[in-house]
Amino acid sequence: MSNCVVTASRLIGKNIRSLSVRWAEKPPKPGQFVNIRADGAFLRRPISVCDYFDGTLTVVFEVRGEGTRALAQCVPGQLLDVLGPLGQGFQLPKSGDVLLVGGGAGSAPMLCAAKALSGRASVILGFRGAEHVVLDREIADAAREVYITTNDGSRGFKGFPTLLMPELLKKPYAAVFVCGPRPLMKAVAQIAKDFGIPCQVSLEERMACGVGACLVCVCKTRENGAETMRRICSDGPVFDAAEVIW
Amino acid sequence: MADLRVSFCGIEFKNPILTASGTFGFGREYAKYYDLSELGGVGPKGLTPVPRAGNPTPRAAETQSGMLNAIGLQNPGVDAFIRDELPFLRAFDTRVVANISANTAEEYGEMAAKLSDAGVDIIEVNVSCPNVRAGGMQFGVTAEGISSVTARAKQSSSVPIVVKLSPNVTDIAEMARAAEGAGADGLSLINTLLGMRINVKTRRPALANVTGGLSGPAVFPVAVRMIWQARSAVRLPIIGMGGVCSGEGAAELMLAGASLVAVGTASFIDPMAPIKIRDGLGRYMDENGFATPARLTGAVII
Ligand SMILES: Cc1cc2nc3c(=O)[nH]c(=O)nc-3n(C[C@H](O)[C@H](O)[C@H](O)COP(=O)(O)OP(=O)(O)OC[C@H]3O[C@@H](n4cnc5c(N)ncnc54)[C@H](O)[C@@H]3O)c2cc1C
Ligand SMILES: Cc1cc2nc3c(=O)[nH]c(=O)nc-3n(C[C@H](O)[C@H](O)[C@H](O)COP(=O)(O)O)c2cc1C
Ligand code: FES
Repeated sequence: MSNCVVTASRLIGKNIRSLSVRWAEKPPKPGQFVNIRADGAFLRRPISVCDYFDGTLTVVFEVRGEGTRALAQCVPGQLLDVLGPLGQGFQLPKSGDVLLVGGGAGSAPMLCAAKALSGRASVILGFRGAEHVVLDREIADAAREVYITTNDGSRGFKGFPTLLMPELLKKPYAAVFVCGPRPLMKAVAQIAKDFGIPCQVSLEERMACGVGACLVCVCKTRENGAETMRRICSDGPVFDAAEVIW
Repeated sequence: MADLRVSFCGIEFKNPILTASGTFGFGREYAKYYDLSELGGVGPKGLTPVPRAGNPTPRAAETQSGMLNAIGLQNPGVDAFIRDELPFLRAFDTRVVANISANTAEEYGEMAAKLSDAGVDIIEVNVSCPNVRAGGMQFGVTAEGISSVTARAKQSSSVPIVVKLSPNVTDIAEMARAAEGAGADGLSLINTLLGMRINVKTRRPALANVTGGLSGPAVFPVAVRMIWQARSAVRLPIIGMGGVCSGEGAAELMLAGASLVAVGTASFIDPMAPIKIRDGLGRYMDENGFATPARLTGAVII
């Protein structure tokens, strides 16, 4: 745990903010998260690491309820209590291209992943509408190609990210990574499976401790044939899609 | 700095601070943050005779200064605990307070026998889990239930039996007397208070289990009151818990009658909470002239 100095706090899309802090703890890996204490909220708020560079850690979050509303009030120079990095991130394949799929705020960890894959990433980002599109330029700088979809067609392709997958997956990919709403992750995992490509999903669940001690955040998985309840905060948040029981 | 050693049920603890069952896994997670040997004792997750998968999610909901949980006693079972987890905990120089729940008095007895043979220091008999249909609060809300379970566990165990009481009762003194009468060596309280939240947008309960147990600072005054009432009713030593977040909070439960204090939900906010609370308690004792923790116990002036 550490008290970090906030270095930037910006509105980057409709109701979506980016928040940067000076980071002296362990450098995070793509897919890991931090657990942030927000003023007035009792429990910490888990948020994926969006970017880490040169001692600055950035998260991108949608303003939803009390906790994220409080985080939205952060100003540069103030201290913020950030615990992390937590959880198991994406396993980057040693070689080959990776298709990254992000839905809404689930696009955030894809910047970190695209950077770590240095030029081996193709990315599909899905948003509700044009005003919700975030991180497209940053991710485009790190990835080989980026496609945008919006539910209403106000930007990029009209529809969900799954729309573009069959065409893209005609080329060989070593893996698919996905983060976003559960129905999207489930659909992406199914398509990857149909194409015989291993898929990693980044799951979300309400959390309390964030470190694996309280068993609040579990999901049902299949491991070596047996059903087990695993902790999203410490065994995940990233899981092999083949193990997840949706 | 004050001498924090304290004797409880004839066992010496290096300090009065424990971790509360269910908030500390089996110790591995927080062992990454500090040396568990710094603690007076650890309270591993509640165990049952056979493995349990627990309740569906969402299992937690935030409240004003607290949280509801409905884990449903997810655990690998008593045998797996003894085989896979206890050796890890025994490698630390700290006391292990195992916590057990079961469906029948006989099962409580069998688990107590296994765990005392395996070498835990104390067995905490949980008759107060609000989140499972059988084996939880059903025993803890009647004097007969408490008596039958306590007697069985006591018969089968070679280590002290501490009965963890439910706050979800009308008369805590009656429950404390039932445990004492059946041979308990100590009491522990409070477990969580039964609560419920509704999402007003969706009109659905915040928890999949509908109801859950309230913990954290929100329950602290209830813990102080119940510890004081139990202490006034029986002679048994008490492990106090419920919303402790600071050294002063620990001291307050001790003034009300606790000999040891367990820290639960506070660890979720700050992983170092138990250590900070131990240090804060030491400072409080120094500043207020208490040479040993035992002097604090029950020292409320009324
Ligand atoms: C591993 C992980 C990574 C995440 N990464 C991001 C991210 O990068 N960007 C982003 O915008 N959001 C992310 N989320 C979701 C984010 O945690 C929630 O949006 C946030 O907790 C909502 O808090 P609130 O106070 O605004 O909402 P409230 O509804 O007031 O919160 C009430 C309680 O429910 C919990 N909660 C509510 N929604 C969620 C949710 N979707 N997941 C988990 N807990 C929830 C809160 O933490 C809090 O305890 C992530 C969640 C997890 C588990
Ligand atoms: C997530 C969670 C899980 C719990 N699991 C158990 C359990 O398995 N057995 C038990 O006796 N008490 C359990 N408790 C109750 C705690 O041990 C403690 O009595 C209670 O939370 C009050 O203390 P606190 O406010 O410091 O957390 C649990 C509490 C929480 C928050
Ligand atoms: S949030 Fe406590 S185990 Fe995951």
